[in-house]
Amino acid sequence: MTTPVIETVGLTKTFGSTKALDGLDLTVEAGQVHGFLGPNGAGKSTTLRILLGLLRATSGEARLFGRDPWTDAVELHRQLAYVPGDVTLWPNLTGGEIIDLLGHLRGGLNPTRRAALLEAFELDPRKKGRSYSKGNRQKVALVAALASDAPLLLLDEPTAGLDPLMERVFQDELVRVRDQGRTVLLSSHILSEVEKACSVVSIVRAGRVVERGTLTELRHLSDTHVVATFADGRVEEAHLHPEQVAAWVASLGPGVTNLTATPPTLEELFLARYSSPVASEEGATS
Amino acid sequence: MSGLTGTSTLLRLAARRDRWLIPLSALALTALSVGSAQATIALYQDADSAMAELGPVLSAPSTMAMYGPATTTNLHGLSIFKTLLMGAVFVGLLAYAIVRRHTRIEEEEGRLELLGSGVVGRQAPLTAAVLLATIATVGTSLLSTVGLIAIGFPALGSLCFGIAWTIVGLTMTGVTAVAAQLTTSARGAAGWAIGALGVLYVLRAMGDSATTDSGRRLSWVSPFGWASQVFPYGQNRWWLIGPALLLTVALVGAAYWLLEHRDLGAGLLPSRKGRAMASRSLLSAPGLAWRLTRGGFFGWLVGFVVLAAAIGGLVAQVSQMLGNDAVQEMLAQMAGVPVGELLSSMAAVYAATMLRFLTVAAAAAGITIVLRLASEERSGRTEEVLATGTSRTSWYAAFTGLAFAVTLVLIAAFAAVVGARGHASLDAAPTVAQMLEGTVKATPAAWVCVGVAALFVGLSPRLGPWAWGVLGLAFVLGEFGPTMRLPQWLIDVSPFAHATVYPFGTWHWGTITALTAIAVALWVAGWFAHQRRDLG
Repeated sequence: MTTPVIETVGLTKTFGSTKALDGLDLTVEAGQVHGFLGPNGAGKSTTLRILLGLLRATSGEARLFGRDPWTDAVELHRQLAYVPGDVTLWPNLTGGEIIDLLGHLRGGLNPTRRAALLEAFELDPRKKGRSYSKGNRQKVALVAALASDAPLLLLDEPTAGLDPLMERVFQDELVRVRDQGRTVLLSSHILSEVEKACSVVSIVRAGRVVERGTLTELRHLSDTHVVATFADGRVEEAHLHPEQVAAWVASLGPGVTNLTATPPTLEELFLARYSSPVASEEGATS
Repeated sequence: MSGLTGTSTLLRLAARRDRWLIPLSALALTALSVGSAQATIALYQDADSAMAELGPVLSAPSTMAMYGPATTTNLHGLSIFKTLLMGAVFVGLLAYAIVRRHTRIEEEEGRLELLGSGVVGRQAPLTAAVLLATIATVGTSLLSTVGLIAIGFPALGSLCFGIAWTIVGLTMTGVTAVAAQLTTSARGAAGWAIGALGVLYVLRAMGDSATTDSGRRLSWVSPFGWASQVFPYGQNRWWLIGPALLLTVALVGAAYWLLEHRDLGAGLLPSRKGRAMASRSLLSAPGLAWRLTRGGFFGWLVGFVVLAAAIGGLVAQVSQMLGNDAVQEMLAQMAGVPVGELLSSMAAVYAATMLRFLTVAAAAAGITIVLRLASEERSGRTEEVLATGTSRTSWYAAFTGLAFAVTLVLIAAFAAVVGARGHASLDAAPTVAQMLEGTVKATPAAWVCVGVAALFVGLSPRLGPWAWGVLGLAFVLGEFGPTMRLPQWLIDVSPFAHATVYPFGTWHWGTITALTAIAVALWVAGWFAHQRRDLG
């Protein structure tokens, strides 16, 4: 078995008395587009910062390409591109300059891809950093990351601030990256973007991964919504584990005119995971 | 007026955020003025004995350039002579910091937008900032007045001392209010305001140390000149607050006018479009550090060179200060040296004093560059850079290395221009080579302060601004320690106390090496801390 691109075991991080990560286990295999889902303050950004060697884990182990992200930060960074959740730009540098700067500091970027991405994202590279809107700042960081040939992309809520059209451009880019066999860790709380592009999802809550699997596996864990309509207008419905559906249908008896079974959407899955209380939830930071 | 709605809320918010800055500054400045006054009074029995000792120093052009004319020769007047203008500079800096912090910085960070969407009038933030700066200025000045009265100084004179400080504090409030409207960035506003402070101080310095009456009139152009002309405990010209009030009202009025004619977030000059591609020189950590700080550096460089040219001219006028040839002959005989030697030592002391003074300013320039590391980290941009192939070491070294280099270059540029200009018009004035010798002697002291800033930022970005406190303390200890009769070991804490530039030709290699070693050790300690801590 090959080494996973990202592997954390029992990762914890405390800031003073607050516990941001509480034994987080995350594994991302090569070639996966991995959705890293969780509400605000669940510890997604903290995890990414540890993987980048910006923060030092309090305990537990983090591995990137099988190496320690804290001690081997520089060599590892040449193999990855990162888009922070809250992009700040140098106010007096232009977007184009910042893209080139970040690209070259990483070890070069592809000029053809750069031009194509600028066009796709409809970004004017000649404007100064201070005059970009939030969405356009995000685009600058996205172009800088996507124009690289890095085998790993770490994206922290990359579509925050993008309009729906630009979100679609981003989705297309994500598919392209996936088809090239590159690995992506995509942190998000927007389920639709994860649902479209991600093969595997980890759901994080209060500093630990509470659910992990392919979308099919995760759906299997949650209840299916079944509704039966009878000839006399009577309606019966139930939320059932997928394995119980057949038995329930059999028990309905005659007179059923319509039967719908809706597998859970990620949205429902997400809500189900989050609405139940978890101890030590407060105080976790993003 | 609806434009002012919410001012009192904003004022309370600003006061809450500055609840440490303002009282601590007021107390520190009062301690400076009262402490140094008390020490002087305790030292001399009467004005005559004081003048016998201090007289020659007070009439030296270098003294007048730095501290203003010593016209009041009674004991009270002499005892506040040094702290009058220097303290006023600090009051001016306090007012500047408050106004800039609550106007342009708030706007740049977007917090003003958040407030502006609430029930807050358009003029309210500026008004709150100006009010708070005024309160801080008047409060600090009053505290000093009360302190001086408390140690038995005459009330009217003590009030006039406070008025001299108020003159500068109010003016800087107005100047900063205007500067905050002119540019689109807090950094730009800082450049304009501090630049104006420097120019006003230099105009006064040139006027006060000029040898002709028309030359002396130059002092009256500057509010620092008005402050130095108040003459507390002598002529007690309290009415000089009048022109200061008029100027402040005019400046604040201009700031309101500018505010009315621009958009939120914008300055007067719209920002233009730039390059679509980066030039090769930008594409490295040092390239980026240079790009981010070069504007400020060139501003400092122009300031240093212009000031050096002016001071070089004054150095050459030292002979005129000593009257005609017969007087010079007589003085030289009294001192037991040839006339040429007397002139050259006077000129050398003057140039060396100015060089030492400017060393502190060069250290400040270096510290601003080191503090860029802290602001880059707080804004999150450090994270973006360090997520690339850039190591922590090269990021830290890029800014701190640049800071050390800029400090040296500024001092050397100042020294070279003073030497070139002075020696061109007076043979006895120090040469360029001698002034560069002075650079080698003075720079390590500035480097120690830059090193402290590097250590602070290495430990935590939040510690960074405390480097200003250390620089201020080092300056006060080195400059006022002897006046305040502080114990020698305490004075020796200041690196500037060891930066002996004069006499030329005498080298204290041990001191130079030790100060440089301390600066390097601080830098290494900062690097060590920066390697090991969480970033962002």
